[in-house]
Amino acid sequence: MTQQPIALGAKKSNTFMDKVKEILPEGGNLNLCLTCGACSSGCPATGLENMDPRKFLRMAALGMDEEIRKSKWVWMCSMCQRCIYVCPMQINIPQLVFNARALWPREARPKGILGSCDMALRNDSTSAMGTSPEDFTFVVEDVLEEYREAQPEFAEMQAPIDKQGAEFFLNQNSREPVTEPDEMVPLWKILHLAGADWTYGSKGWAGENYCMFLADDEAWKHITTTTANQADALGCKTFLNTE
Amino acid sequence: MKVKFTVQDPCQIVRKSYGDAIAEDLRFVVKSVVGEQNFIDMQPNRSNNYCCGGGGGFLQSGYKDERLKYGQLKDNQIQVTQADYCIAGCHNCHAQIHELSEHYGGHYGVVHLWTLICLSLGILGPNEREYLNDDLKEVNVFHPETAM
Repeated sequence: MTQQPIALGAKKSNTFMDKVKEILPEGGNLNLCLTCGACSSGCPATGLENMDPRKFLRMAALGMDEEIRKSKWVWMCSMCQRCIYVCPMQINIPQLVFNARALWPREARPKGILGSCDMALRNDSTSAMGTSPEDFTFVVEDVLEEYREAQPEFAEMQAPIDKQGAEFFLNQNSREPVTEPDEMVPLWKILHLAGADWTYGSKGWAGENYCMFLADDEAWKHITTTTANQADALGCKTFLNTE
Repeated sequence: MKVKFTVQDPCQIVRKSYGDAIAEDLRFVVKSVVGEQNFIDMQPNRSNNYCCGGGGGFLQSGYKDERLKYGQLKDNQIQVTQADYCIAGCHNCHAQIHELSEHYGGHYGVVHLWTLICLSLGILGPNEREYLNDDLKEVNVFHPETAM
Protein backbone atom coordinates (compact mmCIF):
# COMPACT_ATOMS: atom_id res chain seq x y z
CA MET A 1 0.00 0.00 0.00
CA THR A 2 1.40 3.32 -1.02
CA GLN A 3 2.24 5.85 1.66
CA GLN A 4 1.82 8.78 -0.67
CA PRO A 5 -1.53 9.98 -1.96
CA ILE A 6 -1.83 9.82 -5.71
CA ALA A 7 -1.92 13.32 -7.10
CA LEU A 8 -4.08 13.83 -10.15
CA GLY A 9 -2.89 16.14 -12.89
CA ALA A 10 -5.79 18.55 -12.84
CA LYS A 11 -5.09 21.74 -10.97
CA LYS A 12 -7.34 22.83 -8.17
CA SER A 13 -9.25 25.66 -9.71
CA ASN A 14 -12.24 27.81 -9.02
CA THR A 15 -14.64 26.18 -11.43
CA PHE A 16 -18.15 27.29 -12.33
CA MET A 17 -19.55 24.55 -10.09
CA ASP A 18 -17.40 25.68 -7.17
CA LYS A 19 -18.79 29.17 -7.50
CA VAL A 20 -22.40 27.95 -7.62
CA LYS A 21 -21.80 25.77 -4.55
CA GLU A 22 -20.68 28.83 -2.62
CA ILE A 23 -23.99 30.61 -3.07
CA LEU A 24 -26.36 27.69 -2.44
CA PRO A 25 -27.44 26.32 0.94
CA GLU A 26 -25.56 23.05 1.54
CA GLY A 27 -23.74 23.77 -1.71
CA GLY A 28 -26.87 22.61 -3.51
CA ASN A 29 -25.63 19.07 -2.77
CA LEU A 30 -23.84 19.36 -6.09
CA ASN A 31 -21.09 16.98 -4.98
CA LEU A 32 -23.43 14.18 -4.00
CA CYS A 33 -24.45 12.75 -7.37
CA LEU A 34 -24.70 8.95 -7.47
CA THR A 35 -25.15 9.07 -11.27
CA CYS A 36 -28.34 7.02 -10.95
CA GLY A 37 -30.06 8.92 -13.76
CA ALA A 38 -33.44 9.36 -12.07
CA CYS A 39 -33.24 13.04 -13.00
CA SER A 40 -32.67 12.44 -16.69
CA SER A 41 -35.19 9.63 -17.08
CA GLY A 42 -38.02 11.89 -15.93
CA CYS A 43 -36.89 15.13 -17.56
CA PRO A 44 -38.80 16.35 -20.61
CA ALA A 45 -35.67 18.25 -21.72
CA THR A 46 -33.58 15.08 -21.89
CA GLY A 47 -32.19 14.70 -25.39
CA LEU A 48 -32.57 18.31 -26.46
CA GLU A 49 -29.22 19.73 -27.60
CA ASN A 50 -27.78 16.26 -26.88
CA MET A 51 -28.00 17.09 -23.18
CA ASP A 52 -29.73 15.90 -20.03
CA PRO A 53 -29.57 16.91 -16.33
CA ARG A 54 -27.15 14.20 -15.25
CA LYS A 55 -24.80 14.95 -18.13
CA PHE A 56 -24.96 18.67 -17.40
CA LEU A 57 -24.05 18.06 -13.76
CA ARG A 58 -21.21 15.67 -14.67
CA MET A 59 -19.80 18.23 -17.09
CA ALA A 60 -19.89 20.87 -14.38
CA ALA A 61 -18.28 18.47 -11.89
CA LEU A 62 -15.49 17.78 -14.37
CA GLY A 63 -14.86 21.49 -14.77
CA MET A 64 -15.94 21.60 -18.41
CA ASP A 65 -16.81 25.24 -17.96
CA GLU A 66 -16.35 26.26 -21.59
CA GLU A 67 -18.86 23.65 -22.77
CA ILE A 68 -21.26 24.65 -19.99
CA ARG A 69 -20.94 28.27 -21.00
CA LYS A 70 -21.82 27.50 -24.61
CA SER A 71 -24.73 25.11 -24.08
CA LYS A 72 -28.03 26.41 -25.37
CA TRP A 73 -29.71 23.72 -23.30
CA VAL A 74 -29.82 26.06 -20.31
CA TRP A 75 -32.62 27.91 -22.14
CA MET A 76 -34.51 24.65 -22.76
CA CYS A 77 -34.54 23.49 -19.17
CA SER A 78 -37.60 25.14 -17.60
CA MET A 79 -36.14 24.74 -14.10
CA CYS A 80 -39.30 22.85 -13.14
CA GLN A 81 -37.42 21.04 -10.35
CA ARG A 82 -38.73 17.58 -11.12
CA CYS A 83 -35.11 16.41 -11.15
CA ILE A 84 -34.62 17.53 -7.55
CA TYR A 85 -37.93 16.02 -6.54
CA VAL A 86 -36.91 12.53 -7.72
CA CYS A 87 -33.22 12.82 -6.78
CA PRO A 88 -32.18 10.64 -3.81
CA MET A 89 -29.59 13.29 -2.92
CA GLN A 90 -31.73 16.37 -3.58
CA ILE A 91 -29.20 17.88 -5.94
CA ASN A 92 -30.06 21.37 -7.12
CA ILE A 93 -29.46 21.05 -10.84
CA PRO A 94 -31.94 23.84 -11.70
CA GLN A 95 -29.81 26.34 -9.77
CA LEU A 96 -26.81 25.15 -11.73
CA VAL A 97 -28.79 25.86 -14.90
CA PHE A 98 -29.96 29.26 -13.65
CA ASN A 99 -26.41 30.31 -12.88
CA ALA A 100 -25.21 28.98 -16.23
CA ARG A 101 -27.73 31.29 -17.90
CA ALA A 102 -26.05 34.16 -16.10
CA LEU A 103 -22.72 33.22 -17.71
CA TRP A 104 -24.06 34.45 -21.06
CA PRO A 105 -23.40 38.13 -21.83
CA ARG A 106 -26.73 39.85 -21.25
CA GLU A 107 -27.15 40.95 -24.87
CA ALA A 108 -26.45 37.41 -26.11
CA ARG A 109 -29.31 35.88 -24.11
CA PRO A 110 -32.51 34.96 -26.02
CA LYS A 111 -34.00 38.09 -27.57
CA GLY A 112 -37.57 37.29 -26.55
CA ILE A 113 -36.73 36.91 -22.88
CA LEU A 114 -34.38 39.91 -22.97
CA GLY A 115 -36.99 42.09 -24.69
CA SER A 116 -39.69 41.07 -22.20
CA CYS A 117 -37.41 41.91 -19.29
CA ASP A 118 -36.47 45.29 -20.75
CA MET A 119 -40.13 46.10 -21.37
CA ALA A 120 -40.87 45.39 -17.70
CA LEU A 121 -38.14 47.84 -16.67
CA ARG A 122 -39.69 50.68 -18.68
CA ASN A 123 -42.29 51.73 -16.14
CA ASP A 124 -43.83 50.86 -12.76
CA SER A 125 -46.28 48.32 -14.20
CA THR A 126 -43.51 45.70 -14.43
CA SER A 127 -45.38 44.40 -17.48
CA ALA A 128 -43.46 42.32 -20.02
CA MET A 129 -45.68 43.94 -22.64
CA GLY A 130 -44.64 47.45 -21.62
CA THR A 131 -48.18 48.52 -20.74
CA SER A 132 -48.30 51.69 -18.65
CA PRO A 133 -50.14 52.00 -15.31
CA GLU A 134 -52.51 54.49 -17.00
CA ASP A 135 -53.43 52.06 -19.77
CA PHE A 136 -53.99 49.26 -17.28
CA THR A 137 -56.24 51.46 -15.15
CA PHE A 138 -58.20 52.55 -18.19
CA VAL A 139 -58.82 48.99 -19.39
CA VAL A 140 -59.85 47.70 -15.96
CA GLU A 141 -62.28 50.56 -15.35
CA ASP A 142 -63.70 50.34 -18.86
CA VAL A 143 -64.30 46.59 -18.73
CA LEU A 144 -65.73 46.77 -15.22
CA GLU A 145 -68.24 49.45 -16.21
CA GLU A 146 -69.27 47.49 -19.28
CA TYR A 147 -69.98 44.33 -17.29
CA ARG A 148 -71.76 46.09 -14.45
CA GLU A 149 -74.23 47.39 -17.00
CA ALA A 150 -74.52 44.29 -19.17
CA GLN A 151 -74.91 41.86 -16.27
CA PRO A 152 -76.98 43.68 -13.60
CA GLU A 153 -76.48 40.84 -11.09
CA PHE A 154 -72.92 42.15 -10.92
CA ALA A 155 -73.77 45.85 -10.73
CA GLU A 156 -71.93 46.03 -7.39
CA MET A 157 -68.83 44.14 -8.56
CA GLN A 158 -65.51 45.88 -7.85
CA ALA A 159 -62.10 45.79 -9.49
CA PRO A 160 -60.17 48.24 -7.33
CA ILE A 161 -56.73 49.63 -8.07
CA ASP A 162 -54.67 50.84 -5.10
CA LYS A 163 -57.39 50.24 -2.53
CA GLN A 164 -55.79 51.06 0.80
CA GLY A 165 -56.05 48.33 3.42
CA ALA A 166 -57.45 45.60 1.15
CA GLU A 167 -56.91 42.08 2.45
CA PHE A 168 -55.59 40.67 -0.82
CA PHE A 169 -53.12 42.17 -3.29
CA LEU A 170 -53.78 40.53 -6.65
CA ASN A 171 -51.51 40.64 -9.66
CA GLN A 172 -52.51 39.98 -13.24
CA ASN A 173 -50.78 38.50 -16.26
CA SER A 174 -50.46 41.25 -18.89
CA ARG A 175 -52.01 39.06 -21.54
CA GLU A 176 -55.54 39.67 -20.25
CA PRO A 177 -55.69 43.46 -20.00
CA VAL A 178 -53.70 43.85 -23.21
CA THR A 179 -55.07 41.20 -25.57
CA GLU A 180 -58.19 39.57 -24.08
CA PRO A 181 -59.71 41.83 -21.39
CA ASP A 182 -62.93 39.80 -21.10
CA GLU A 183 -60.84 37.03 -19.56
CA MET A 184 -60.29 39.19 -16.45
CA VAL A 185 -63.98 39.11 -15.63
CA PRO A 186 -64.56 35.51 -14.45
CA LEU A 187 -61.95 35.96 -11.73
CA TRP A 188 -63.52 39.26 -10.64
CA LYS A 189 -66.88 37.52 -10.42
CA ILE A 190 -65.53 34.72 -8.25
CA LEU A 191 -63.85 37.22 -5.91
CA HIS A 192 -67.06 39.24 -5.78
CA LEU A 193 -69.23 36.23 -4.89
CA ALA A 194 -66.70 35.11 -2.30
CA GLY A 195 -66.83 38.56 -0.71
CA ALA A 196 -63.06 38.95 -1.01
CA ASP A 197 -61.61 42.35 -0.17
CA TRP A 198 -58.95 42.70 -2.87
CA THR A 199 -57.06 45.20 -4.98
CA TYR A 200 -54.70 45.48 -7.91
CA GLY A 201 -51.77 47.86 -7.60
CA SER A 202 -51.10 50.64 -10.10
CA LYS A 203 -47.45 49.71 -9.58
CA GLY A 204 -46.32 46.14 -9.99
CA TRP A 205 -49.69 44.85 -11.19
CA ALA A 206 -48.14 42.60 -13.84
CA GLY A 207 -47.45 39.10 -12.58
CA GLU A 208 -44.92 37.87 -15.11
CA ASN A 209 -41.21 38.28 -14.41
CA TYR A 210 -39.05 37.60 -17.45
CA CYS A 211 -36.07 39.25 -15.80
CA MET A 212 -35.94 36.21 -13.53
CA PHE A 213 -35.89 33.86 -16.51
CA LEU A 214 -33.20 36.06 -18.04
CA ALA A 215 -31.06 35.39 -14.95
CA ASP A 216 -30.65 39.14 -14.48
CA ASP A 217 -30.57 39.24 -10.69
CA GLU A 218 -30.65 43.02 -10.25
CA ALA A 219 -33.54 43.42 -12.66
CA TRP A 220 -35.70 40.64 -11.28
CA LYS A 221 -35.13 41.89 -7.80
CA HIS A 222 -36.29 45.32 -8.96
CA ILE A 223 -39.48 43.83 -10.45
CA THR A 224 -40.29 41.79 -7.36
CA THR A 225 -39.47 44.66 -5.02
CA THR A 226 -41.71 47.04 -6.97
CA THR A 227 -44.73 44.80 -6.60
CA ALA A 228 -44.00 43.73 -3.01
CA ASN A 229 -43.51 47.37 -1.97
CA GLN A 230 -46.81 48.35 -3.52
CA ALA A 231 -48.62 45.59 -1.61
CA ASP A 232 -46.93 46.79 1.59
CA ALA A 233 -47.69 50.44 0.90
CA LEU A 234 -51.37 49.58 0.54
CA GLY A 235 -51.29 47.59 3.78
CA CYS A 236 -52.42 44.37 2.10
CA LYS A 237 -52.07 41.25 4.22
CA THR A 238 -51.94 38.58 1.52
CA PHE A 239 -50.21 38.63 -1.84
CA LEU A 240 -52.12 36.59 -4.43
CA ASN A 241 -49.90 35.66 -7.31
CA THR A 242 -52.06 34.59 -10.22
CA GLU A 243 -49.05 33.97 -12.40
CA MET B 1 -72.87 15.60 -21.54
CA LYS B 2 -69.97 13.19 -21.06
CA VAL B 3 -67.38 15.96 -21.40
CA LYS B 4 -64.17 14.81 -19.68
CA PHE B 5 -61.53 16.95 -18.00
CA THR B 6 -57.98 16.51 -16.85
CA VAL B 7 -55.85 19.03 -14.97
CA GLN B 8 -52.29 20.24 -15.30
CA ASP B 9 -50.58 20.54 -11.92
CA PRO B 10 -48.59 23.76 -12.24
CA CYS B 11 -44.98 23.07 -11.24
CA GLN B 12 -44.72 26.48 -9.65
CA ILE B 13 -47.70 26.07 -7.35
CA VAL B 14 -47.50 22.35 -6.58
CA ARG B 15 -43.99 20.90 -6.70
CA LYS B 16 -42.10 24.16 -6.16
CA SER B 17 -44.33 25.83 -3.55
CA TYR B 18 -47.13 24.10 -1.65
CA GLY B 19 -46.73 20.42 -2.51
CA ASP B 20 -49.34 17.70 -2.82
CA ALA B 21 -51.73 19.36 -0.37
CA ILE B 22 -52.57 22.11 -2.83
CA ALA B 23 -52.85 19.56 -5.64
CA GLU B 24 -55.62 17.96 -3.57
CA ASP B 25 -57.29 21.35 -3.13
CA LEU B 26 -57.12 21.82 -6.88
CA ARG B 27 -58.81 18.45 -7.44
CA PHE B 28 -61.49 19.25 -4.87
CA VAL B 29 -62.39 22.39 -6.81
CA VAL B 30 -62.16 20.75 -10.21
CA LYS B 31 -64.29 17.74 -9.22
CA SER B 32 -66.85 20.02 -7.55
CA VAL B 33 -67.11 21.99 -10.77
CA VAL B 34 -67.08 19.30 -13.47
CA GLY B 35 -68.38 16.33 -11.49
CA GLU B 36 -66.16 13.58 -10.14
CA GLN B 37 -67.20 11.14 -12.87
CA ASN B 38 -65.98 13.59 -15.52
CA PHE B 39 -62.50 14.01 -14.12
CA ILE B 40 -59.50 11.90 -15.06
CA ASP B 41 -55.95 12.39 -13.82
CA MET B 42 -52.85 12.31 -15.98
CA GLN B 43 -50.10 9.90 -14.99
CA PRO B 44 -47.82 10.82 -13.30
CA ASN B 45 -49.40 13.73 -11.46
CA ARG B 46 -49.29 16.08 -8.47
CA SER B 47 -45.69 16.79 -7.37
CA ASN B 48 -44.50 14.13 -9.77
CA ASN B 49 -46.11 15.77 -12.76
CA TYR B 50 -44.14 16.68 -15.87
CA CYS B 51 -43.59 20.32 -16.75
CA CYS B 52 -45.44 21.23 -19.96
CA GLY B 53 -42.54 23.27 -21.32
CA GLY B 54 -44.15 26.67 -20.93
CA GLY B 55 -42.14 27.65 -17.86
CA GLY B 56 -38.74 29.15 -17.22
CA GLY B 57 -39.05 31.62 -20.09
CA PHE B 58 -39.17 28.83 -22.69
CA LEU B 59 -42.17 30.47 -24.41
CA GLN B 60 -40.09 33.55 -25.22
CA SER B 61 -36.72 31.89 -25.72
CA GLY B 62 -37.04 31.51 -29.48
CA TYR B 63 -36.37 27.76 -29.39
CA LYS B 64 -39.80 26.82 -30.66
CA ASP B 65 -39.00 23.40 -32.19
CA GLU B 66 -37.27 22.32 -29.02
CA ARG B 67 -40.15 23.63 -26.91
CA LEU B 68 -42.67 21.59 -28.89
CA LYS B 69 -40.43 18.52 -28.64
CA TYR B 70 -40.17 19.07 -24.89
CA GLY B 71 -43.97 19.30 -24.70
CA GLN B 72 -44.57 16.05 -26.57
CA LEU B 73 -44.42 14.15 -23.27
CA LYS B 74 -47.16 16.38 -21.86
CA ASP B 75 -49.27 16.07 -25.00
CA ASN B 76 -49.02 12.28 -24.84
CA GLN B 77 -50.01 12.32 -21.17
CA ILE B 78 -53.11 14.37 -21.98
CA GLN B 79 -54.12 12.42 -25.07
CA VAL B 80 -53.94 9.12 -23.22
CA THR B 81 -56.56 10.38 -20.75
CA GLN B 82 -58.92 11.02 -23.72
CA ALA B 83 -60.07 14.14 -21.89
CA ASP B 84 -61.88 16.79 -23.94
CA TYR B 85 -60.26 19.57 -21.92
CA CYS B 86 -57.09 20.18 -20.00
CA ILE B 87 -57.55 22.68 -17.19
CA ALA B 88 -54.52 24.94 -16.82
CA GLY B 89 -54.25 27.07 -13.71
CA CYS B 90 -51.09 28.81 -14.88
CA HIS B 91 -50.72 31.21 -17.80
CA ASN B 92 -47.55 29.75 -19.17
CA CYS B 93 -49.06 26.26 -19.03
CA HIS B 94 -52.19 27.55 -20.74
CA ALA B 95 -50.29 29.04 -23.66
CA GLN B 96 -47.97 26.07 -24.10
CA ILE B 97 -50.60 23.32 -23.79
CA HIS B 98 -52.92 25.19 -26.13
CA GLU B 99 -50.16 25.18 -28.71
CA LEU B 100 -49.42 21.50 -28.06
CA SER B 101 -53.08 20.65 -28.65
CA GLU B 102 -52.95 22.36 -32.06
CA HIS B 103 -49.49 21.18 -33.05
CA TYR B 104 -49.92 17.49 -32.25
CA GLY B 105 -53.51 17.38 -33.45
CA GLY B 106 -55.17 16.37 -30.18
CA HIS B 107 -57.52 19.35 -30.40
CA TYR B 108 -58.51 19.09 -26.76
CA GLY B 109 -59.54 22.38 -25.23
CA VAL B 110 -57.32 24.21 -22.74
CA VAL B 111 -59.21 26.27 -20.18
CA HIS B 112 -58.55 28.48 -17.22
CA LEU B 113 -60.06 27.24 -13.96
CA TRP B 114 -61.93 30.53 -13.50
CA THR B 115 -63.85 29.87 -16.73
CA LEU B 116 -65.18 26.55 -15.48
CA ILE B 117 -66.00 27.81 -12.00
CA CYS B 118 -68.15 30.58 -13.52
CA LEU B 119 -69.68 28.16 -16.04
CA SER B 120 -70.73 25.82 -13.26
CA LEU B 121 -72.21 28.74 -11.30
CA GLY B 122 -74.21 29.83 -14.34
CA ILE B 123 -72.54 33.24 -14.48
CA LEU B 124 -70.32 32.87 -17.55
CA GLY B 125 -71.32 35.36 -20.21
CA PRO B 126 -71.10 34.89 -23.97
CA ASN B 127 -67.90 36.93 -24.29
CA GLU B 128 -66.01 35.06 -21.59
CA ARG B 129 -65.81 31.80 -23.55
CA GLU B 130 -62.71 32.26 -25.68
CA TYR B 131 -61.29 28.89 -24.64
CA LEU B 132 -64.43 26.76 -24.64
CA ASN B 133 -64.95 24.47 -27.64
CA ASP B 134 -68.25 24.02 -29.48
CA ASP B 135 -69.41 21.38 -26.99
CA LEU B 136 -69.63 23.99 -24.20
CA LYS B 137 -69.81 27.28 -26.10
CA GLU B 138 -73.61 27.50 -25.93
CA VAL B 139 -74.12 25.78 -22.59
CA ASN B 140 -75.79 27.74 -19.79
CA VAL B 141 -74.93 31.17 -21.20
CA PHE B 142 -75.35 34.08 -18.78
CA HIS B 143 -77.00 37.09 -20.48
CA PRO B 144 -76.81 35.65 -23.99
CA GLU B 145 -78.28 38.90 -25.36
CA THR B 146 -74.94 40.64 -24.68
CA ALA B 147 -72.98 38.52 -27.17
CA MET B 148 -70.50 40.61 -29.14
